[in-house]
Amino acid sequence: MPKSNWRAGVNRRTLVKSGAALAAAQFASPFVIRARAADAVKIGLDNPLTGTYAGPGKNELVGCQMALDEINAKGGILGRPVELLVEDSSSGDAGTAVQKARKLIEGDKVDFLLGNVNSALALAMAQVSNEKGILHIVPGGHTDAITGASCHWNVFRVCNTTQMEAAAVCAALVKEYGKKFYYITPDYAFGHTLESGMVKAAGALGGERVGGDLAPLGAVDFSSYLIKAQAANPDVIVFLVQGDDMLNAMKQAVQFGLQNKVHLAGAQQEMEPLEGLPPEARIGTWVLEWYWNQPGVPHVAEFVEATKKRTGRVPTARTWFGYLSVWTCALAAAKANSLKAVDMAKALQDFHLPPEIALGPNPAFYRAGQNQLLASLFVGNAQPSGSAPDDLFHVTDVVNGAAIASSVEESGCKMTWPT
Amino acid sequence: MKAVRVRAFDAAVCLLLMFMPFWMGAIGGYTELATRIVVMGLAAMSLNFLLGFTGVLSFGHAAYFGLGAYGTAMAIKYLGAGTIPAIGFGVVLATIAAMIIGALIVKLRGVYFAMVTIAFGQVFYFIAFRWNEVTGGDDGLTDWHRLPIDLGFAKLDIFQNDKAFYYFALAIFAICVGAMAKLLDSPFGRSLIAIRENERRARFLGVPIEFHVWLSFVISCLFVSVAGALYALLNNFTDPRALRVDLSGNLVIMAVLGGMRSFWGPLIGAAIFVALQDYVSSHTQNWMSVIGLVFVLVVRFFPRGVLGMLRGAKA
Amino acid sequence: MTQVVLFNVFNGLIVGAFYALMALGLSLILNLSGVINFAHGGFLALGAYLAYTLIPYIGFWGALIVAPPLTAALGLVVEWLLIRPLYGKDPLYGLLLTFGLAYIFEDVTRLIWGAQSVPFQVPGWLMTSLSSQLFFITGYRVFMVIIVTAAVGGLFAVLKYTRLGMRIRAGTRDLDTVSTLGVNVRVLRSLNFGIGIYMAGLAGVLAAGLLGLSPTIGANLIMPSFVAIIVGGLGSLLGTLLGGLMIGVASGLAAVYFPSATEAVIYVMMGLVLLVRPRGLLGEEGRLH
Repeated sequence: MPKSNWRAGVNRRTLVKSGAALAAAQFASPFVIRARAADAVKIGLDNPLTGTYAGPGKNELVGCQMALDEINAKGGILGRPVELLVEDSSSGDAGTAVQKARKLIEGDKVDFLLGNVNSALALAMAQVSNEKGILHIVPGGHTDAITGASCHWNVFRVCNTTQMEAAAVCAALVKEYGKKFYYITPDYAFGHTLESGMVKAAGALGGERVGGDLAPLGAVDFSSYLIKAQAANPDVIVFLVQGDDMLNAMKQAVQFGLQNKVHLAGAQQEMEPLEGLPPEARIGTWVLEWYWNQPGVPHVAEFVEATKKRTGRVPTARTWFGYLSVWTCALAAAKANSLKAVDMAKALQDFHLPPEIALGPNPAFYRAGQNQLLASLFVGNAQPSGSAPDDLFHVTDVVNGAAIASSVEESGCKMTWPT
Repeated sequence: MKAVRVRAFDAAVCLLLMFMPFWMGAIGGYTELATRIVVMGLAAMSLNFLLGFTGVLSFGHAAYFGLGAYGTAMAIKYLGAGTIPAIGFGVVLATIAAMIIGALIVKLRGVYFAMVTIAFGQVFYFIAFRWNEVTGGDDGLTDWHRLPIDLGFAKLDIFQNDKAFYYFALAIFAICVGAMAKLLDSPFGRSLIAIRENERRARFLGVPIEFHVWLSFVISCLFVSVAGALYALLNNFTDPRALRVDLSGNLVIMAVLGGMRSFWGPLIGAAIFVALQDYVSSHTQNWMSVIGLVFVLVVRFFPRGVLGMLRGAKA
Repeated sequence: MTQVVLFNVFNGLIVGAFYALMALGLSLILNLSGVINFAHGGFLALGAYLAYTLIPYIGFWGALIVAPPLTAALGLVVEWLLIRPLYGKDPLYGLLLTFGLAYIFEDVTRLIWGAQSVPFQVPGWLMTSLSSQLFFITGYRVFMVIIVTAAVGGLFAVLKYTRLGMRIRAGTRDLDTVSTLGVNVRVLRSLNFGIGIYMAGLAGVLAAGLLGLSPTIGANLIMPSFVAIIVGGLGSLLGTLLGGLMIGVASGLAAVYFPSATEAVIYVMMGLVLLVRPRGLLGEEGRLH
C-alpha cells in the first residue's frame, strides 16, 4: 500500500456522533501520521479522488508519493523535509476545487500547488494560485488555454496540449489509412479544441473531414452516432471521447463490427480506460502521452519496478505526470536556491529535466514563455495482449513534442511577470 | 419566558456570525469556509421557507441556485456589470424561471412534486452543460472575477480582501433573512404554516392554496438565487455542478439536520454540513460514505434535527 | 435517409426497452411504498459489479442468473433495516435516506472494485452483428431485448396471475384496505422492494455488457428512468413501460434530425406532458398526491 501522508490535524471540530465513530475508524487504519515538522516544505495536491476522474487522479497521486519518497531520501528540498498534503477536488465541482485550493494555500500555507485532472478545475485553481502568487504545476489538465490564452507566469503544465496530440497522430493516420475522417467529439471545450486541432493537422496533410457528431459528456449509447458515421463512408472514425465515454463508444463500435469496415482511431488515449476495455475492443490507433514499455530507454525499467512494488500495476502516463510534477518543484527550488515562486518560475524557463525523470527518448523541458512541458508522444495501436500482461499498446512511432508543437505566439500565450 | 429565550438565541446567532472570520481561524478554519457557510446557510434557509414552513418538498432547488449563479456570472463576464446589478440580474433570471415552473407544477404534491422538481432541476443542469457558447458547458464560466464595489464614499475591495467579501455576503444574508422573517410573521406566513399543518382544513377556511404554494415557491427560489449569486462571486467561477441534484439534496439535508421547524435550523445544519464535509474530505478518501451516513443517520435517528432536539417535542 | 431513420428508430426501441426495465423497478417501489429510490442507480452498479466478480467462477450465464437475486437480497436487507421505519412518514425522509445511500453505494463500489473501469466479458458469439446490412443490430442488443421482454413479461404475469401480484396491485390503490383484509403489508412492501431491486440488478448486468463498468455507471441512467415514469404516468406500470420506449425512440429520432438535442428531447417531452396532462399519459386520476 502506498505510504500516505494525510495530514494529522488537531481535532478541529466536533462531529455528528456516528460520523465521528466512522471517521475515527478511518483514521485508525493504515494512515501514517507524522508529527508535522515545523520547517517542512509543503506541496498541496488538489486532485479528483472521487467521481469520474478518480482513476487518473489516484494514479497521479501515486506518482507524487513516489517522487516525494525519493526526494526525502535524498535530503528533501533545500535541506528541509517535504510533505504532501492531499485534498479531493471532486471530479467536476469547481467550487470544491477552489475551496480546497484556498484551504491549502491560506489554511495550510503550502509552498506549491498541484492539480487538476479536470481542465476546467485546473483553470479555476490557476486563477487562485495566480492571485496568491504560488507556484502551480498542472500534471494532467489538457485544455490548451492553461498554457495558451489563459497562461500565467506561475502555472506550469506537464501533459500535452490538444494541438500536439492531434499533430502527432494525424501523420500516422493519413499515411496508413486514408484521408477521409469522421469525428465523434465530446461536447465540451476540450473536445472542441481537440477536434479543430485534428482537422487542422489532418488538413495540412490532405485529410478531409467528411462529417462529425458532438456527443454529450456521459453519453450512454453511441449507436446513433456510429450509424451515421458508417453511413458517411470514411476511411477512419476518429473517437475523441475520453475515459468512460470512449469505453462505451469502443465497446459498441466493436459490437457493430465497424472495425472490419473502417479504421478506428483517436487522439488522446490513456492506460486507465484501455485496461477497462474487453480484449476484443482493444484496437485502434491512438496517442499515449507516456508508456511504460520503452525498451532501450534508461531508467524506465526501474520506475516501472518501483511502481509495481507499490501498487501491483504498471505506471501509466498519469503516474508519470504526478512523479514529474513533484520533482519539478524540487529541482526548481534547487536551481533557484529559493522557495519564492518568482525565482523558481524563472528557473524553470527552458528547464531540462534529467533523464531519470524525463523517462523518455526525447528531452523533456518546459518551454520558456509558455511554461509548457515538451517531451515525447507515443503513437501506436491498442492491442488485446502483448509481450506482458499489461502491454496493451504497441508503439509504432515516438514523436518529439518539441518538433510538432505550435509556436508560443500561435498558442495565444502572453505571459506577464510581476514587477 | 419564551420570547426572551428566542431573542437571546437570535442575538447569539448574530454575534457568532458577526465575528466568524476571527474565531474561525482559531479553530482551524479559514475565512472562505466562513463565507461558504453563510452562503449555504442562506440557501438552506430559503429552501426551508418552502419545505419547513409551507410543508412542500422541493428537491430541485439547485436549479434556481444555479440560475442565480450563472446569471450573475454572465452579467459580469458578458455585460461588464457591477456586483449589485449582476446579482440583480441573476435573481431576476431565477425568479422568472421559478414563476413559470411553479405554475406548471403547483397542482402536484408530495412525492410526485419532488420528482418533478428533480426533473426540472436536471433540465437546467442539462442546459448549462450543453449550451457551450453561452454557459461554457462543462468547463463553466471562467475568466471573470468579482469587482471592487465603489460606494461613492468608499471602495469596498471584495475581490482581494477575503474578510471584506465575507461581510458583504453577511450583509446580503442579513437583508434576505430579515425579509424572510418578516414574511413568516405576516398573515401570509401564517397561512403557509396552516397549509403545512393541514392543507384540507386550510382550503375549507378559504385559503387559496395553489396561489399560496406558488408564491411560497417563488419567494423561496428568489432567496436561493441570491445565495447562488453569492456563491458564484465567492468562487469567481460557476459551473454546472451548482445546478445538480446533489446540491439540492445537500440543501435539504442541511435543513433537516439543523431542524426544519425552526427558523435558524437550516443555518446550523449548513454550518455543520459544510464544516464536516470540509474536514472529512481532507482526512479520508471515503468522505462520500461519511456524508451518505450522515444522511442516513439524520433520517433514522435525528429527524427533528439539532434544534428540534434541543427544543424538545414540538410540531 | 429513410434507412438511417429506420435504423435509429429501431435502435431507439432497443435502448428504450432498457430504460423501461430500470424505470419499472423504480416505478414498482414508488407506487406501492411511496419511496423515490435514489439509490436505484447504485443497486444497478452493484448488480453489474457482482456479475463481474462472479463471471470467472460461473461464467456469464451463471452471473446473469445469480447476480440479480443477490442484489435483490441486499435490497431486502436495506429495506428491512433502513426503509421500513420510514413508511407512513413524510416522503421527504425516504428521499433523503435513499439519497444518502446512493453516496454510500458509489463510495463502497469504488472502495471494493477500484475507481478505474474494469473489463466486463460477454460471450463472444453475442458480440457480432446479425448481418452486414443491419450491422447495428448486434446479438447483444437482441439478447438484451429478449431478456427485458422476459423480465417485463414475467413481472406483468406475476402481477396479474399470482396472489402476491394481486396484493401489490391492490395495495397500490388502497393499502389500508389491503391491510384490513389481513394481508401482511410489511412483508408485501419488502417483497415489492425486492422485485424492484431485482430489476435494477438485472439492468446492471445488461448495462455492463454495453457500457464501461465503473462506480458511476448508474449515475447517468437514473434520470431517463424518472422521465419515463413522469411521461408514462404516475402509478401505471404499463405507462412506465411505454414511457421508456417513447424516450428511447424520441432520442433516436432526434439523433437524426437534431443531433445536439438527443437528450433535451426527453425533457421537452416531459415538459409537454406536464403541461397538457400532468398525471402522465396513462396515469391514474387522483395519483397526484
